Formats: sequence, C-alpha cells, structure tokens
Amino acid sequence: MPILRKLGTFWTFLASSFVIYGVIQLLISTNAIGDVAKTTIIMIGINIILTVSLNLINGITGQFSLGHAGFMSVGAYVSAIMTLDFNVPFPLALLIGGTAAAASGAIIGIPTLRLKGDYLAIATLGFGEIIRIIFLNTEYVGGAAGLSGIPNKTTWLWLFLFTLLSVIMIQNFIRSKHGRACIAIRENEIAAEAMGINTTTYKVIAFMIGAFFAGIAGGLSAHFFYVISPSSFGFMKSFEILLMVVLGGLGSTSGAILGAIVITLLFTALAEMPELRMIIYSASLVLMMIFRPGGLLGTKEVTLSFLKKKEGNPHDIASRSA
Amino acid sequence: MISPAVLLNVKEASRQFGGIRALTDVSIQLRTGELIGLIGPNGAGKTTLFNLLTGVYEPSRGEITLNGQSIGGKKPYQICHKGAARTFQNIRLFGEMTVAENIKIAYTQHAKYSIWSSFFRLPGYLRGEKEIEEKTDELLAIFRLSEHKDEKAKNLSYGAQRRLEIARALAARPKLLLLDEPAAGMNPNETRELMNLIRWIREEFDLTILLIEHDMSLVMGVCDRIYVLDQGKLIAEGTPDRIRNNRAVIEAYLGQEA
Repeated sequence: MPILRKLGTFWTFLASSFVIYGVIQLLISTNAIGDVAKTTIIMIGINIILTVSLNLINGITGQFSLGHAGFMSVGAYVSAIMTLDFNVPFPLALLIGGTAAAASGAIIGIPTLRLKGDYLAIATLGFGEIIRIIFLNTEYVGGAAGLSGIPNKTTWLWLFLFTLLSVIMIQNFIRSKHGRACIAIRENEIAAEAMGINTTTYKVIAFMIGAFFAGIAGGLSAHFFYVISPSSFGFMKSFEILLMVVLGGLGSTSGAILGAIVITLLFTALAEMPELRMIIYSASLVLMMIFRPGGLLGTKEVTLSFLKKKEGNPHDIASRSA
Repeated sequence: MISPAVLLNVKEASRQFGGIRALTDVSIQLRTGELIGLIGPNGAGKTTLFNLLTGVYEPSRGEITLNGQSIGGKKPYQICHKGAARTFQNIRLFGEMTVAENIKIAYTQHAKYSIWSSFFRLPGYLRGEKEIEEKTDELLAIFRLSEHKDEKAKNLSYGAQRRLEIARALAARPKLLLLDEPAAGMNPNETRELMNLIRWIREEFDLTILLIEHDMSLVMGVCDRIYVLDQGKLIAEGTPDRIRNNRAVIEAYLGQEA
C-alpha cells in the first residue's frame, strides 16, 4: 500500500480511526444498530481509556495499582457535579473531573509509591475503598443512592474524541524520554536511579497521568448512564480493569485496547446468563494464565510499522520472569 | 584546604550495618584525571564504599565531597546529576529495553523537554529526541554496539553487556566514573581489550576513574595509584609497584606468615 506508506504510521492510524468513527456514526444515525450495541460500543471506548491508563501505571512503570476505580469515581463525581450544579460545558467538566482525579492520584501516590509489589497493591486497594466510602458518606453527592439525573452528554463523537486523544497522548508519553524513564524504573529501579532518574517523581507522574485519564473515563461513563453510585466503583471494578489489561498483555498499549474490547464484548454476550457469567469469565482467565500467561498479545505491540522500513520496538514485559 | 584539582574527597567515612562496621574511617582522594584502583579481599568493603559514593547508602560518619560539593547522604540520582556515574558488579541493564534505549535513559537528564511537549510531540520533543538519537548513535559506534542497536539488552553477550553498561554510564556525562569489577567474568583477551578501552575513554571523555577489580593484571596495568581495603579499613595506598611489595597487602591476601 504505497499511499499508506507515504502517509506514515501516525496519519494512517488517525485516518483509520476516523473511518471507524464514520462507520459507527453512520450505523447509529441510521438506527441500524440497537441500544444494546450502542451501549456496548460506548462501554468499549470507556474501558479502552481505563485500560490504557492503567497499563501506564501497572504495565509500563511496573507499579502494581489496584485503585483505578477510585480515580474513575473521583472523575465521575466531580464532572457530574460540574454539569449538574454549575452548568459547566461538558468537555470542560470532563477535564475538571480528570484534573481532580489526577490530584487524588498525587495525594495517594506520594505516600504509597515508596511501597513495592503486593504492599503497593494493598495500599492502593485501601485508598480506592477510602475514596468510595467518602462518597458513600457525603450527603452532597447523594450518599449510598448516588447522583442521578446527570445530563446525557456522552455522545459517540465525544467518546470517540476523548478515547482517541487518551490513546495518542499516553502512547506519545510512553515513547518519549519520560516514558522511557518509567520503563527503566520497571526494568531496574536501582540502575534507573543511578542513571539520574528521579524514580519517585516519575512514579508519581505516571500515577497522576493514569489517574487523570481514569477520571475522564469516569466522567464519560457518568454522563452516559445518568446515574452514579459508590457501589459501581468498588474493588470489583478495579479488578475488572486490571483483568482487561492482563488479558491483553501487561505493558502493551495495543494489548490493553484489545483486552478492553474482548472483555467488554464477552460481558455483553454473557449478560443474558448472569449465573454463568462469572464462571465462564473466571474459567477463561484460568485457561489464559495456563496457556498464554503473557496475555493475548503477550510481548508484542500491534503497530503499523509494516508501513515503515523497520522500526517498532514493543515495550513489553510479558516475557519477563518475575 | 582542598586544592581545586581534587575531584573526589572522602574524609573518614564510616558505615555501620547494625553492629557490623563495614567501613571504618576511610579517607581517599582522587585528583582530576587520575585512574585509581580500589582492591581488597572479598568482604573488604569495596562495594560498600561505592554505594556510599553513589548514594545507595548514607555514610554513618564522615564527609564526601565531589568537586567541592558535599554528596554524603544525597540521593543516587542527585549524585548522578552532580557528575558521578557508575557500573554495577552484577550487571544491571534494563533488560527488556533495546541497547539504544538503555543509553537514552542516561541522556534523560540532559535533554530538556517537558511532559507536555511529549504528550503532543511539540517541537521541543522533536528537537530533544533528535539530539538524544544522535548522541546515542555516536556512543554506540564508539563501543562497537551499533549493530546490536535494536536488540534487547538481555540478549547481548556477556562482554557486550559489560561494554553497554560502561557506555550507559558515559552517556550520563560524568566527571567521575566508578567501575565495579568491569572485568568480572571476562577472559584474558577481553580483559586486555577492556584495559585499552578504559585508558582510551579516560583520555577521550576527560574522566577521573575509580576502579574496583579483582584482576590484578588489569589493576596493576592501568592504575596510577591503588587503595587497598581490608576488613573495612584502608591498609595501603600507593603506586602499583609499591602496592605489589607492601607487606600488609600481601598478608591481607595470603594470610599472615606462621
């Protein structure tokens, strides 16, 4: 495809994204697909933002966080309050929600990121729960009942734009010196520090960026489902996001996207039989861990690099033995 | 009074781990441009001294200055920014990253562009990355690693991994280079090659080098002066010839005569 080769990988990626956008927009506006399918598409977009941002923390920087639903809830609540009580325009409300989530990421990250491995996982899990309990006990945001009547602003267009931007920005970050510093921390923290990398700062930065996009995803989901309540941001939600990332291939952005798509489709397909859902779900995960412990994509990053001469270097860790 | 030519000055540095004295009142001085060896039997405290110099441990007592600035108790990345870079006894490369990326990591502190310009690939990002790319290629060529540029570091041969570690340390643009057993596991040929390389980079990069090594032919061959540690204490200091005939050193290595 000589034309594509001339365009370069980025523009090809962008062009094909907009083709996907156009096709789905056409399907929606001609009512060719039903509400279930539309909801599934929106969920896929939201989950892609969540997995790609969690992958930055867990897969790229190697800091095992289990608090992603907490950051998502901060973004959801803050942006919902912005549109409900302050009439802030939707995109701005999303950004404010994301910024609030990033701030909470810094507050949580600075004391906990000195912990490693399972200790960090437990600490972030605890903080995620704390955020949930705070919302649960705050009258202003409706307590256990949560907020309702949130305007339905998450259109396919907004979702598409924010998903695309999240993926591009995070991927650009990963492929910069800052992203390399994060990968170096994952690979060998002592060597990274000795080579002049301020590991604490970079861990907090990765945590904040991850939290920011989780907040955006939370805002998008709040403005699609009308209602948010603390119960939808529990430990299971964090676990679900992590599952998608691990299934796709920890450390690979395209793996994170694939994981989000596969699991969301699986969820929708199994919605009819809720009793079986968790069983099939767990069984598929067990099989996955036995036969492809590195995730679906494992060590690889799906790129358009066949358009280039030869480049492409997957930032992956799946073959790492740790 | 410290003369300006002294790059590294360690004054009566001590380090204790609980009740164990790993280092006791060690004082060494490196003048700019010197190539100094640090030897001693196993467990003498050589690597502990390195860890004090690079900020992995804080000295329990004593003072360490680099270029007149105190570095005792500073964080490793701060000491690296002040101009001291090191290699590790047990190689610590970023295994899953490519050879080129390993070197680029050390350039992180020198290329100035913000996180914002990396999000959106602004001109600052492009300029910075181009500069890093060029510098990396130069260094790879010097260390005969160009052909392995896009290979994962963990897949390199042992000798190439050692070379890459030195190249990575040089990418941090240090004034003081600390080499922790660079010849460990090398055969005599590779060791001789390494000797020449060390001499050459010292001239080329204007370096002061502190070298821990067990291979006596290497140490005696390249070093201007040698410090000898035994059981956490400095037992001798001097030119290779004087060290070779020093009674205390011989005893430390071979045991006391009966």
